[in-house]
Amino acid sequence: MQINLEERLKENPVLRKQFDELDAYIDEKAGQQGSLINVMHRAQEIFGYLPDEVLAYVSTRLQVPRSTVYGVVTFYHFFSRTPKGRHTISVCLGTACYVRGSNSVYDKVTKSLGIKAGETSPDGRYTLDLVRCVGACGLAPVVVIDKDTYGRMTPDKVVTLLNKYV
Amino acid sequence: MIRNQLLICAGGACITSGEKSVKDVLVEELAKNGIQDEVQIIETGCMGACDLGPIVVVYPEGTFYQKVTPQNAGPIVSEHLVKGRVVSGLLYRQPTSETRAQTREEISFYTLQVKRVLRNCGVIDPLSIEEYIARDGYFGLGKALEIGPDAIIQTIQESGLRGRGGAGFPTGIKWKAARDASGSPKYVVCNGDEGDPGAFMDRSVLEGDPHSVIEAMVIAGFAIGAATGYVYVRAEYPLAIERLEVALTRAREYGFLGRNILGSGFDFDIEIRIGAGAFVCGEETALLRSIEGKRGMPSAKPPFPAQAGLWGKPTLINNVETYANVPPILINGAEWFRSVGTAKSPGTKVFALAGKVQNTGLVEVPMGTTLRELVFDIGGGIPGGKAFKGAQTGGPSGGIITADYLDMPIDFDSVKELGTIMGSGGLIILDEDNCMVDVAKFYLAFTVDESCGKCTPCREGTKQMYQIMERITDGKGTPNDIGKLKTLGRVIQQTSLCGLGQSAPNPVLSTIRFFPDEYRAHIEDRKCPAHACLHLLTYSVVSEKCVGCTACARQCPVQAITGQVKKAHVIDQATCIKCGSCYEVCRFDAILKE
Ligand SMILES: Cc1cc2nc3c(=O)[nH]c(=O)nc-3n(C[C@H](O)[C@H](O)[C@H](O)COP(=O)(O)O)c2cc1C
Ligand code: SF4
Ligand code: FES
Repeated sequence: MQINLEERLKENPVLRKQFDELDAYIDEKAGQQGSLINVMHRAQEIFGYLPDEVLAYVSTRLQVPRSTVYGVVTFYHFFSRTPKGRHTISVCLGTACYVRGSNSVYDKVTKSLGIKAGETSPDGRYTLDLVRCVGACGLAPVVVIDKDTYGRMTPDKVVTLLNKYV
Repeated sequence: MIRNQLLICAGGACITSGEKSVKDVLVEELAKNGIQDEVQIIETGCMGACDLGPIVVVYPEGTFYQKVTPQNAGPIVSEHLVKGRVVSGLLYRQPTSETRAQTREEISFYTLQVKRVLRNCGVIDPLSIEEYIARDGYFGLGKALEIGPDAIIQTIQESGLRGRGGAGFPTGIKWKAARDASGSPKYVVCNGDEGDPGAFMDRSVLEGDPHSVIEAMVIAGFAIGAATGYVYVRAEYPLAIERLEVALTRAREYGFLGRNILGSGFDFDIEIRIGAGAFVCGEETALLRSIEGKRGMPSAKPPFPAQAGLWGKPTLINNVETYANVPPILINGAEWFRSVGTAKSPGTKVFALAGKVQNTGLVEVPMGTTLRELVFDIGGGIPGGKAFKGAQTGGPSGGIITADYLDMPIDFDSVKELGTIMGSGGLIILDEDNCMVDVAKFYLAFTVDESCGKCTPCREGTKQMYQIMERITDGKGTPNDIGKLKTLGRVIQQTSLCGLGQSAPNPVLSTIRFFPDEYRAHIEDRKCPAHACLHLLTYSVVSEKCVGCTACARQCPVQAITGQVKKAHVIDQATCIKCGSCYEVCRFDAILKE
């Protein structure tokens, strides 16, 4: 695996850059006890998701057993083992949003995209996620697309909104 | 020379409703009018009135402009700042009269509050340590270093401060236990996981006044003899993490963090740890495992974190709001703290008011305030003239306070008697359209999802309860289901390992206790009185009202509606999937939902 990665890094400058970036972060955190979760966050930011070779790499660099890294990644909802679409849509199903009808917004999104939570549309355009409160409850129901948060959503508004994200 | 300041609320809700573009317009307008050097723009933390956002306040007058948009923001500069004329169209209109409020002090949402924890939120620039210091920031730390650990702990004990993370455990006792514990090094941890879905108090404090938490953690570190602190923030709050990082850097530059703090010889520093989306990590033992970089699985107590916490060492863990209370207590004394609130729950409580209430947002009131004051006087009542049905507190670990208890003073102990908990302060208002069985099922689905799976009663028991709840809302419930839910609930409460499992049955048991008729209607009559449970609904055409416009038949996704043009239509109940499309499109009120 490691040797394999070395070879691939030589041929693939983009991948090289990504791993360099991860390396820099790990160096920065060197000496901090228990930095695994922070490192995984950074890795997911860099790679978009957490493929096996990244888990293996982190395990070696942090000297944490592979099983531990895998255990952590699968325990927390935030980490994804599969690539995400170009845009991530998160419909809030926290209580404040739920009692103001966010499930009808969610139903509308699943119907119009044909995917369920955790899935990515076949054209790679959207990934649909559920979140439980993003802290904008005052404007419920709330939908987050990539880094933008939208409040007072309705089933109709959400469809118009989705079309803006190509 | 700065002659005016423009405070723009940059809390989560205001950002969502377009704060950034409003700010851009204001900056542009200032430049256009050539007064950019005379007017300072400050982005503050949450001002609380989320429903009125984006909010802009002009100082020194304190003029409060609400629902500002990029389109109508211009006159704040061209009229108010240039010509000295207040833009009355952007002022808040009083609900009971035609007059408009000029300042926050004229709006009942604000006047009924007592801001202690939120003293700086929405008032200062959270990125500016100078502004924090100007409002007595880090004075509490100075005082603490002067009086020494024992006096600090004694002051906290005398204040009667109780943990704001949910359980209300006396903070002073916890600090003393951590100080007395043998073992080193010791750690100080701040719980900023805020897992209750529908709550955003801690987020607002971290984003709006990060230094107050940092200051308190340094004080705690000095009091118990720790050199390292961790703030654990949930990943859903990137802005809180960002502002906290800036604040930590500034505090180090100013010598409030790091080596030899304020020349006292005391060393202390803080690291941020980011959660990764697991509700159970709000539970303290699970949170500590997560900081260690492990799976967030709870462990049995004792040993308590104060004895064996992070890496097995004595650890003090408190909630964000608990910490934010500490610096003013040291400055003003225990007596001052006890001057508001109830005898056993002194001080204030921050609530996140959300759900079916007119003025959603963040409010801080003395402990012992009644629900009526919160929902009606501050919250402005229920929108659309609907009836108040209940308030949910404590999230997935809590229950409902019903209309019968609107006048009961709320504190840690009074809510416990009603079978719910104070929780961290999420207050979800429910109206007549909310089905209590459905709401309880919603919370249960949440705990089923979030159970870490370590112990059987919680992992399997909540699933069984969920299946029964699903049966009931599907119209397949049987009369002995209620008994089964109660028995299962009791067993799960008594035998689960951690607080998540022990409290998971609460929403169901609380709704069974206060809304037995609603359960009975679902089970015996196969009806949902609130019309919320899909499977118990029927849609039919009121033939006298139907004009035969065919709109519904065209809209129905499964062709369940038949009828000729200009004749009354009919819905075939066997085909109908209860999607409600017909109900939405009918312009003649001819679709009956029951
Ligand atoms: C399932 C569960 C979730 C919890 N979530 C939180 C939380 O999000 N924030 C918090 O401060 N405390 C939470 N707590 C309470 C903590 O375990 C702990 O009591 C608290 O952080 C102590 O701080 P305090 O004494 O200042 O309240 C949770 C407890 C349980 C059982
Ligand atoms: S009660 Fe639930 S969340 Fe807590 S340890 Fe047991 S399975 Fe895990
Ligand atoms: S419940 Fe949706 S943002 Fe809080």
